Amino acid sequence: MRAEKREFVCKDKAVDVKLLAPVIAAHKDKKGSLITVLQKAQELYGYLPTDLIYHIALEMRLKPSKVMGVVTFYAQFRTKPVGKYLITLCQGTACHVNGSKEIERAVMEEMGGDSLFTLENVACLGCCSLSPVMMINDETYGSLTKKSVKEIMRGIREREGGDA
Amino acid sequence: MKIVIGKGSCGLAAGALKVEKSIREALTGGEGIEVKSAGCVGMCFLEPIVDVYDDGGVKKTYVKVNEDVAREIVKNARGEDNEADKHLLSSDDEEFLTRQTRVALRNCGVIDPEDIDEYIEKGGYEAVRKALEEMTPDQVIDEIKASGLAGRGGAGFPTWFKWRAARQAEGDVKYVICNADEGDPGAFMDRAVIEGDPHSLIEGMIIAAYAIGASEGVVYARAEYPLAIKRLEKALEQAREKGFLGEKFDIYVKAGAGAFVCGEETALIASLEGERGTPRLKPPFPAQKGFWQKPSNINNVETYANVPWIIQNGGGAFSAMGSENSKGTKVFALTGKIKNGGLVEIPMGATIRDVIFGIGAGIKDDRPFKAVQMGGPSGGCIPAELVDTIIDYKEIAATGAIMGSGGMVVMDEATCMVDMARFFLDFTRKESCGKCVHCRIGTKRMLEILTRVTEGRGKDGDIELLESIGKDIKEGSLCGLGQTAPNPVLTTIKYFRHEYEAHIYDKRCTAKHCAALLTFSIENEKCVGCSACAKNCPVGAIDGAPRAPHEIDLEKCVKCRKCVEVCHFDAVSVY
Repeated sequence: MRAEKREFVCKDKAVDVKLLAPVIAAHKDKKGSLITVLQKAQELYGYLPTDLIYHIALEMRLKPSKVMGVVTFYAQFRTKPVGKYLITLCQGTACHVNGSKEIERAVMEEMGGDSLFTLENVACLGCCSLSPVMMINDETYGSLTKKSVKEIMRGIREREGGDA
Repeated sequence: MKIVIGKGSCGLAAGALKVEKSIREALTGGEGIEVKSAGCVGMCFLEPIVDVYDDGGVKKTYVKVNEDVAREIVKNARGEDNEADKHLLSSDDEEFLTRQTRVALRNCGVIDPEDIDEYIEKGGYEAVRKALEEMTPDQVIDEIKASGLAGRGGAGFPTWFKWRAARQAEGDVKYVICNADEGDPGAFMDRAVIEGDPHSLIEGMIIAAYAIGASEGVVYARAEYPLAIKRLEKALEQAREKGFLGEKFDIYVKAGAGAFVCGEETALIASLEGERGTPRLKPPFPAQKGFWQKPSNINNVETYANVPWIIQNGGGAFSAMGSENSKGTKVFALTGKIKNGGLVEIPMGATIRDVIFGIGAGIKDDRPFKAVQMGGPSGGCIPAELVDTIIDYKEIAATGAIMGSGGMVVMDEATCMVDMARFFLDFTRKESCGKCVHCRIGTKRMLEILTRVTEGRGKDGDIELLESIGKDIKEGSLCGLGQTAPNPVLTTIKYFRHEYEAHIYDKRCTAKHCAALLTFSIENEKCVGCSACAKNCPVGAIDGAPRAPHEIDLEKCVKCRKCVEVCHFDAVSVY
């Protein structure tokens, strides 16, 4: 069933669907552009809340189950919000051999229950010569040690003025 | 005079932007010194790298540059002093480059990837002109056939064969697709090519489009490579302005969303169409029914990057390099426990020893070499005794590994092979798309067994069970992911069966890696009783009087290694 006429109301107050309107308008009639729309939506909102997935399905004239299927298939899409600083920690082969599990432990110790950071493990960032490697938002940090990771994170926390 | 800063992802991670800032600040503007950027030259262990060209074109390369050295380089360029010379590339390190033969990487780290004119100056787009003006599409395909170029994504399928199939297929619209979804953990060749020399990829795709009769091109790039995507978009824009792309043939970039299986061509097509990236049965092959059911040719980045060189220099020049079965050169990403890691391009037919001990200068800290992992999660571990195996599709396959896309992860004696197998199975288990039962459930069962073995709960018969499930997964899976997923396990069992047996029967990890199988104790002769370990032990398992040897209570010990890390006297032994 295609719910073309039904109006879907996004109940999530934090999500202003108007922001996404130009993206949908640009891609609505281009076949095969669902992934692109979802990527842009995630750029705008930081994650893909369920309500937004329904909204996109309706606007793109797709079944919500199909959109959800694509969202859950790909590692890039998140259905939960992330902290201000997203730590993408590489767990690739070279990083694994050079101790990325230890780094992960250090990151978790330093994070505590802090919502400033979100940790995401990824398969490979492609900076293998600098392993172990992580990215915090768009910045890459290489040749990590347990000590340097904690220093980097503490530095960010201080800049944010948090006492954590 | 020109100062060129290496700004690939690895250079940036090592601090190239700070270096650039210092250089720009130190320059007054009146010296007539131009500041340019380049991609990654491949010497990742020496980043950040700065090249200074004098007016005669003579190059000086500075390595491991920091902000202070950057200022010295500017002074040096002005002729004020020569303090910066301490950071010049040493002749030993230079061998990392001089021992290589660069075809696909010919411009990486040399030209500014964001400036099409530099590419053209190096003879770029000359091959397109030659192909379009002097050759028929069939002649182009014949030239590629003569070169012996095979798919560099891993499978090693002859490129000309794919091109001819797509050329001969019926269809009003045809597509040329570039697979830039470099998903193998431990591989970054394609990223380096796109970041360092995007026009060679574009030029290769234009030539392929001409040979096949395609009107549209797509590059499916990994979402984890934002810089590569940015540079490629910019390069495409410049190629359009110059008229190399346009109405007859144009290329656009589609960012993947993070799924290893999308490196498989039918899954890649599904993903391009906005679907879940699951593979489908072949035939029909993409050359007959591919993207939107139209004839499509899919090659990977390195394959396309070789094409302009072949057209310009002739297929014969390419096939003159290499071994009997494999022609040309291959790029490898040399990483792991290696002294000089980075991008290595060598002619096929060289030995693994040439790469690891020649170009890579051997193992970190001169520890004993144990094995090298080739081909990522689809490949296998080649043990030290086979280090003289030549790099050739057939010879590598005979070891049980595969050539793969070019990841080469070097391991020393501290790497546990059972844990390595577990690592790869954990990866393929997560990345299995779930379509085929054997792959979906088989990888999970194999992972469970391997986890059990590394945690000291291995049972008699586990090795045989792994072999049997592995065989079933290979037979019962549709695509390359499943068909090769058991390889890391099967090759480690083949070459390191004694390690599996030690884990299962003796409850020992010979590499001293698997925590559950280790015992920690303090050596009385070495311990000075500084109590650093006791203070740092999270569970209070260490006790002892000050200045007297301490002792670990094995009942309480959680094997966290904290005591090993904090001990200054190397007194904690692990066995």
